[in-house]
Amino acid sequence: MTEPTITQPQAPVRSEGYWRTVWRNVRRNRRGMAGLIVIGLMLAVWIFSPLLATNQPIVCRYEGRWYFPAVVEVFQARRTGPQWINKARPFNLPQFDAKEQLDPDDFAIWPLIRWHEYEQSSDFLQPPSSRHWLGTDELGRDVAARMIHGTAVSVKVGFVSMGIAALIGIVLGGLAGYWGGFVDMVISRIIEIVICFPVFFLILAIMVWLEPNILNVMIVIGLTRWTGIARYTRGEFMRIKGQDYVVAAHCLGIGHGRIMFRHILPNALAPVLVSITFGIANAVLVEAGLSWLGFGVQSPDPSWGNILRTAYDSLNVAPHLVYPPCIAIFLAVLAYNLLGDALRDAIDPRLRGTT
Amino acid sequence: MIAEQRHLIEVADLKTHFPIRKGLLRRVVGEVKAVDGVSFRIAAGKTLGLVGESGCGKTTVGRTLLRLIPATEGRVLYSGRDVFALRNEQMRLLRRRMQLVFQDPYGSLNPRLTVENIVGEALAVHEGLSVHRRRDKVMAILEKVGLASHHAGRYPHEFSGGQRQRIGIARALALGPQFIVCDEPVSALDVSIQSQIVNLLKDLQAEMGLTYLFIAHDLAVVEHISDDVAVMYLGRIVEYASRNALYANPQHPYTRALMSAIPRPEPRRRRERIVLAGEVPSPSNPPSGCAFHPRCPLAEPRCAEEVQSLVGSASAEHRVACWKVSEENRRYCLQPRDTI
Repeated sequence: MTEPTITQPQAPVRSEGYWRTVWRNVRRNRRGMAGLIVIGLMLAVWIFSPLLATNQPIVCRYEGRWYFPAVVEVFQARRTGPQWINKARPFNLPQFDAKEQLDPDDFAIWPLIRWHEYEQSSDFLQPPSSRHWLGTDELGRDVAARMIHGTAVSVKVGFVSMGIAALIGIVLGGLAGYWGGFVDMVISRIIEIVICFPVFFLILAIMVWLEPNILNVMIVIGLTRWTGIARYTRGEFMRIKGQDYVVAAHCLGIGHGRIMFRHILPNALAPVLVSITFGIANAVLVEAGLSWLGFGVQSPDPSWGNILRTAYDSLNVAPHLVYPPCIAIFLAVLAYNLLGDALRDAIDPRLRGTT
Repeated sequence: MIAEQRHLIEVADLKTHFPIRKGLLRRVVGEVKAVDGVSFRIAAGKTLGLVGESGCGKTTVGRTLLRLIPATEGRVLYSGRDVFALRNEQMRLLRRRMQLVFQDPYGSLNPRLTVENIVGEALAVHEGLSVHRRRDKVMAILEKVGLASHHAGRYPHEFSGGQRQRIGIARALALGPQFIVCDEPVSALDVSIQSQIVNLLKDLQAEMGLTYLFIAHDLAVVEHISDDVAVMYLGRIVEYASRNALYANPQHPYTRALMSAIPRPEPRRRRERIVLAGEVPSPSNPPSGCAFHPRCPLAEPRCAEEVQSLVGSASAEHRVACWKVSEENRRYCLQPRDTI
């Protein structure tokens, strides 16, 4: 035997884990990476939106002093933020317009878009120009600024609603698949009942009763779109619970909870994750649809859906306004779908080409 | 066999039937009698080989007696304690004493856990050891089964079948069991690796005083490792004897047919080869009487009507369930001859 003798105990070197391998495979997929980059950009735009589009400079020197009005505004806008930061005079005065009154010679770093999402001007329905990159809507608001601030809604709706849906779906699907029998029967019937409702109209009906705001949209989408995830999880749990390594875990006297979460769930998660990714794309679309119909985000708060609605209302006068929200929605949905495809291929190449 | 030997495992009339459900209401329309009245005893530190064709219920016996599949009837005593009567908490404690080694070295290891976690998880659950103490213990077990400590951080897919089987054995050994059900532990391995694993099991038995139920369909492997051998056919034991007695003097026509199929490295010696006709019948619809009678060369009308129970035949310890054989032996017992 040429087995090398171990002279000193080594700390075990961990080999490449499963998720690392998946990540390596996703990285090799160009379209998936394009999707991931778009999603990353959306996240970045969401996080930095208060500094990307606002009517206050980020940093400026005014009458010999330094000010950070846009940054301070971020804290002020959040009720939970530090209350003691107040915007210094004269920036806190309503009649002070930094765009007009800041001396052009003063040092100032402006946001990319020098407009606030609610800020109205007297230029209605302008075509794109250097002053308003994507033009203005019927109230004279800068569409570019509204698009940037509307990103937050799409990002949050996707992740929060699918987070809720994933929680419900994985728990119910996991319980049904693991216990089978009566539990499975009850949960499967619940799933079938929820599936039977046409989701969009169910959401519409619920939104009539609830106050139409973004949080309710997210909750309602989450509460209605979990069935696919639940069915996926159920199937995976049923498949995996018969595997020898689960039997081995039972035989070792490991508890049910630990078996479900440590032995079955990690092996079941990959295909479920794919369906969650596709679900996010769908949630973005549903939110846009709801906002378009006026049941989602309410004006003046911007979302891609209600920007599209405003654009649609003045379609004859300013047809260019429909393009930005349409393209943004299209790109976001496409990005999530591409990422979902890439994930699916990375997880199991045999599934290529299926949904 | 010595009479006063302590029996670690006693199985009495074990039955495992699976319901067959059909239709919208999932009504029970029949049952598969996977195990239909099996009894055996294993003395501490000994090995019972359980042999039979695939589908005869060997695996179900192993899993039922570990309470991984609910038994329909019968009793299993572990050191005199009724395994099926234990409450969950007591059963959890007993799990430390009874373990299982699987046939399929690929499906039996969780692909998402490292070897260290696979082997060490039971220690974490049952003994709540700190990470360091656990690691020491895992390393010691890995060494015992012939793996190196640098294997601990790897995932199962990085190992060969034989190495994976060693990991499976290490996992079974982690809690210091006394009894291990080896469910065809070498059937999925290359012949050259088979002997390594069988020898490893034998070494571990000698070292740790383990008791095995060794399930296999390969009679040669069973001969190598077992003290006693039970031959199963369609949910029942048809012959049960000490290894030497069984291999020297197989009684049941089924056992004889199996024996004649063992390849022997003596090409010149002519042997009678018994070829059985037909397939193993379905356990959901077994033949009447002795389940073997449709394929049996000795069958007579009585075999289709009644089942002979497992009775002492060539000797009191060499028990066979066959009308013809016991009839022959009644004559044969009048002129006793040295067996064994």
